[in-house]
Amino acid sequence: MDDVILEMIDITKTFPGVKALNHVNLQVQKGEIHALVGENGAGKSTLMKVLSGVYPHGTYTGDIHYQGKLCEFKNIKESEKLGIVIIHQELALIPYLSIEENIFLGNEQGKYGLIDWHATTMRTQKLLATVGLKELPSTLVTNIGVGKQQLVEIAKALSKEVELLILDEPTAALNEDDSDNLLKLLLEFKKQGISSIIISHKLNEISRIADSITVLRDGATIETLNVRSDHITEDRIIKGMVGRELTELYPKRDAAIGDIIFEVKNWNVYHHLHSDRKVIHNVNFHVKQGEVVGIAGLMGAGRTELAMSIFGRSYGQKISGQIYKNGSEVHLKNVSKAIEEGIAYVTEDRKQYGLILNNDIKRNITLANLKNIANHSVIDDNKEILVAEKSRQQMNIKCSSVLQNTGNLSGGNQQKVVLSKWIFTEPDVLILDEPTRGIDVGAKFEIYSIINKLAKDGKGIVLISSELPEVLGMCDRIYVMSEGSITGEIAGAEASQERIMKYVMSK
Amino acid sequence: METLKLMFKSNIREYGMVIALVSIVLFFEIVSKGVLLQPLNVTNLIQQNSYILVLAIGMLLVIVAFQIDLSVGSIAAFVGAVSAILMIDYHIGVVPGILISLLIGGLAGAFQGYWVAYFKIPGFIVTLAGMLIFRGLTMTALEGQSKAPFPEVFQKMSNGFIPDVLSGTSIHLTTLVVGIILTLVYIYFELSHRKAKLEYNFEVIPVRFLAAKLVFVGVAINWFMYLLASYKGIPNVLILLFILIVFYTFITTKTVIGRHIYALGGNEKAAKLSGVKTERIVFWVFVNMGVLAALSGLVFAARLNAATPKAGTGFELDAIAACFIGGASTAGGIGVVMGAIIGGLVMGVMNNGMSLIGVTIDMQQTIKGLVLLLAVAFDIYTKSKQS
Repeated sequence: MDDVILEMIDITKTFPGVKALNHVNLQVQKGEIHALVGENGAGKSTLMKVLSGVYPHGTYTGDIHYQGKLCEFKNIKESEKLGIVIIHQELALIPYLSIEENIFLGNEQGKYGLIDWHATTMRTQKLLATVGLKELPSTLVTNIGVGKQQLVEIAKALSKEVELLILDEPTAALNEDDSDNLLKLLLEFKKQGISSIIISHKLNEISRIADSITVLRDGATIETLNVRSDHITEDRIIKGMVGRELTELYPKRDAAIGDIIFEVKNWNVYHHLHSDRKVIHNVNFHVKQGEVVGIAGLMGAGRTELAMSIFGRSYGQKISGQIYKNGSEVHLKNVSKAIEEGIAYVTEDRKQYGLILNNDIKRNITLANLKNIANHSVIDDNKEILVAEKSRQQMNIKCSSVLQNTGNLSGGNQQKVVLSKWIFTEPDVLILDEPTRGIDVGAKFEIYSIINKLAKDGKGIVLISSELPEVLGMCDRIYVMSEGSITGEIAGAEASQERIMKYVMSK
Repeated sequence: METLKLMFKSNIREYGMVIALVSIVLFFEIVSKGVLLQPLNVTNLIQQNSYILVLAIGMLLVIVAFQIDLSVGSIAAFVGAVSAILMIDYHIGVVPGILISLLIGGLAGAFQGYWVAYFKIPGFIVTLAGMLIFRGLTMTALEGQSKAPFPEVFQKMSNGFIPDVLSGTSIHLTTLVVGIILTLVYIYFELSHRKAKLEYNFEVIPVRFLAAKLVFVGVAINWFMYLLASYKGIPNVLILLFILIVFYTFITTKTVIGRHIYALGGNEKAAKLSGVKTERIVFWVFVNMGVLAALSGLVFAARLNAATPKAGTGFELDAIAACFIGGASTAGGIGVVMGAIIGGLVMGVMNNGMSLIGVTIDMQQTIKGLVLLLAVAFDIYTKSKQS
């Protein structure tokens, strides 16, 4: 077992303004299952992208040794040639192509640009037998479930003569049976000498199948645990994942909490495309005046879906439940009604859902409340500039002028523009969805100060965040969400990362 | 000087278009040995291109909303046919005839807008269907024949000129007076705009540049009016165009609904999450396009003094090209009314100029195609450089 297949040494990768990986080391033995764990944003996926050549050599520093050789991959093709295959979290299959077409996409069987369908089908059948998938090679991928699609991905990896298989959260979208099958398959591969790296949040699975575990936190390697020789409990892993000291990252606030301002009861939502798939199960929560309430959980726990379904039914179908504001029921049947009732929702995806990138700062800020700067539907341009200038100063938006396009701003400043837009609607309740995602530490602090100021002004704040320290540092009360349900509620003073993680994993 | 440079840079699209138009005019003026800008030819230019310009205004809104409308030529033909049947066969008065025609255009637009906005069928498909549907209806309504002649009052809409109440002899005096009034109105607006800016302590352009701008625009207006006055004065259709341009510039730049159209075209999801009623906006943009297509059809029928089954063929492509040459973005959310007008004029002047110097119709198509391609390529190039 002391045969090292992969060694990544001193890997550092920076994005503009953010150090995603900071001198990370990773060592994988031949024929082992190596788990990579860490919170969202710890750098797991980035590390795997460095390994597979998605981020080519030269965009990071450090060395990759694979099978004893120094590797400098320029793209995925090169790493695949050596048998490193990565299966991403979002499956990269083409829905309206068949299984066999998907498996050999980019690697078509045949000569001179002509496809040899007999060879394709024969090889596909063999591969499907290996992964235990009983489907015809000609079945369209769209007609099989997510679990089976995952198997097709693995069959595709096998077709490339894989020696190191990387799986990014392979069981996130699978039910228990499918997950079990997949894990058994990995153990089977292990017997055949194929090494795998598995990224997962499901600690029970990891302790079942992994031989060793590397913990990443904030872009750095924390430790590598040997599951076989030492007895490793789930608590032990969680401790490694979250064991960070809370520093002075979060500005102080003296909470003056008033009455309940906003309450959601018995909230149920179905998936926007699949009307039989329930994504939000009977959720109840409330927020008081001047209170910052956190909703913690992993990505995909249904928090964004919850927020958007509340905010003018922007997500889902067959929505049921009641919403109360200041004690009386309100019906937020569309977004403009929600805005009228004093609700604001700051999206987690500012580029797709938050900003009009080819419009300037002032137009973005006023968009949700144009009637405030208009007389009888005629916009007062000069008043608009004044409004934008005021936001720019209050929020400290760094720009050449309010006429600059928002597409050219940094992430932190874009976020401040989105916040300005919603503050300009004069809301009583703000739902902030991952408000500090992808922005640097300095800008984060500014955003936190703004949140505190809003709370101080008596507004109710709902803070959705995947970053536990942020939730702990900012919130007076914390709900934990998992798979569409609220699995726990903790008072801010009693909260700890371990307690939240327990609720997160409790489903 | 720095601010001026910056202003020029940030408005390169707008200035670029004007410069392109002026260069093309100068080029053809020289190679046609002065025929292009002769009063008669200028008047012709306006009358020949008016119906495309009317369409281009509506099309600009459609394109800004990140849609497309291929049916406008067919709707124009259909409405022309209906108006002919109403006015010629049924002897309905000109004004009610026009109103009914515009209403029919609006209904045609509403029909298409419904499928696009509420059924989420791409506008390309819906209006491709509309193009066939309304062309077919035109042929059926006219039984394959042309219908003529229209009442004289109706023809005047496209072929007539404003009366010379001041009864100038060799020159149309009223036209000159209108030019002077327009100049004064323009100067008043520029100055009051500047005054408001100063009250808010905003940055304004230095006085001497403002003065230069006022003189330049003033001379341009009056010289243009002088050209028209030397022939028969201001064509009626130019007044119609002027009203449309002013109205739609106002709508797009000054009103909430205009802002919503731009937001929708720039990022539909973000607009929706900001409370913009995106479906309703798309629907009304198509209704508006239908009404303007109808108006264009009436102007064309009046100019030809006949409704023909083949009327309006290819109008949609000219209108779309005008918008893109005029700087509208292929990705939606960007474009100005004046740009579409200038784009339409670029094409019109090129048509006219090439005819004057004897370029064949076949070759004209090719050259126009190249101009469209280059204009959009330039646009995308400057955009990629900016970011």
